[in-house]
Amino acid sequence: MNAFLDALIHYDFLQGALVAGLLASIGCGVVGTLVVVKRIAFMAGGIAHSVLGGMGAALYFGVDPLLGALFAAILSALLIGGVRLAWAAQEDTLIGALWAIGMAVGILFIAKTPGYATDLISLLFGNILLVPERALWFMGVLDVVLLVVVGLCYRQFVAVIFDEEFARLRGVPVAFFYLLLLCLVAVTVVLLIQVVGLILVIALLTLPAAIAGHYLHSLGAMMVAATLLGMVFTSGGLALSYGPDLPAGPTMILLAGAAYVFSALVARLLARHRAAQRARAGG
Amino acid sequence: MSATPAIAVRDLSFAYDGALILERVDLTVLPGEFVGLVGPNAGGKSTLLKLILGLLSPQRGQIHVFGEPPRRAARHIGYVPQFPGFPRDFPIAVEQVVAMGRLGQGPWWGWTRHTDREAARRALAAVGAEGLAERRIGALSGGQLQRVLLARALVTEPRLLILDEPTANVDQRAEGDIFDLLAGLDPRPTILVVSHDIAFISAYVHRVACLNRTLTCHPTDALDGELVQHLYGTRLRAVAHDLPGPCPGAHRHHR
Repeated sequence: MNAFLDALIHYDFLQGALVAGLLASIGCGVVGTLVVVKRIAFMAGGIAHSVLGGMGAALYFGVDPLLGALFAAILSALLIGGVRLAWAAQEDTLIGALWAIGMAVGILFIAKTPGYATDLISLLFGNILLVPERALWFMGVLDVVLLVVVGLCYRQFVAVIFDEEFARLRGVPVAFFYLLLLCLVAVTVVLLIQVVGLILVIALLTLPAAIAGHYLHSLGAMMVAATLLGMVFTSGGLALSYGPDLPAGPTMILLAGAAYVFSALVARLLARHRAAQRARAGG
Repeated sequence: MSATPAIAVRDLSFAYDGALILERVDLTVLPGEFVGLVGPNAGGKSTLLKLILGLLSPQRGQIHVFGEPPRRAARHIGYVPQFPGFPRDFPIAVEQVVAMGRLGQGPWWGWTRHTDREAARRALAAVGAEGLAERRIGALSGGQLQRVLLARALVTEPRLLILDEPTANVDQRAEGDIFDLLAGLDPRPTILVVSHDIAFISAYVHRVACLNRTLTCHPTDALDGELVQHLYGTRLRAVAHDLPGPCPGAHRHHR
């Protein structure tokens, strides 16, 4: 650990990696909470994987892959959301199809990219040590967009996530806010891809918020706690991976996964303990 | 009171997936009335409510609420659903749920305001649930949840209150409490309440509308066991709905 802190002071790429993790954690805390509570993790997974199509196309045409990723993520969010609103029965089939088609498109583009030098593994699993400074600024802007949109429309988001029918009766444009929510998920996915790659995004999006949900019973508190947990997992994973020279992304995910399993067990025991106490008090 | 009916349904038909759910329904509810809507399961009760609320559109016929199309009138309507449309483990406190009833009032942006909170507290007090404001929605009993849903509907002080089986999931004592509460609301909105328990609600409502694809109305003093049997039993088609007076749409259903 001391070796990591020492290196952190001396190496720019480690500082950049740490900042990237912290910036991604804001998105994972705020939007991850909405994803967990609305139970659209599978949808978020579909959006994340279809992003490879946009990144591949961007590489092929020589555009910044981040812009390609953002475009593909928003496009697939609107497609999935539109189908869900129009005819709900086909939702999971469509997500599965988009998931696979997006990846297939991406692989084809990458295979045909002239002078291809991109490491496919780092797209899929992330390479936080190679995040350029330009990408950090891009992530910062995306975070600001997320916070402003969620901050301004917090009540509408909560209403649409909580009870769509009632929100519609109160005059909330449910379809608009539902699609906007999926676009926020798309933006967050692009943020997180920088850190852990598109395969592992879904874990970082859901696990911190799920752990927070074990103990907290308000959305705002869950968002704050999930952001802090995301920061612990990304920074901790980075530190743990440095010594043995492990890939940082998978280390972060294993750290988050272990914390989730542990937390789920603790929450289970606590609930059983409380129930027993209540039964004793009642009897 | 204005002469405009609170609810005016004219010659309404609605089919879903080819099955005719409602056939040539007429119903007029005047401001201040307390009307019960009864009928067998799958008789179209919830569908009629959804049409009046503007959540569904009729294939034939017209609906006006306070003289306006349902979508436009939605701000005057408070609605208590049969089943809560949310998961019980949702991380939210009762006060926040009730304050959600005030969405659509005030600016569209921002967080729950102080005035929303105060209105939520008043609505909770009106249903005798002021002590529950800080509780998590998942920690409530069936009767408590029903009161909270009623408070959410009342928080905008609606002119029309629509309730879909508000007492389906509570015990008999809580059922009586909730109907006493409805009858004692001040100011009392026009109320349309769906129930499967015709004998029970007839003690509270002015008029009962019986819906089994077609609709007929009865003043409550004409209700007896025979009618109930007719409504739900096999001899339904033989009923001569021959009651004069307070239900302007009833006459269409003579057979």
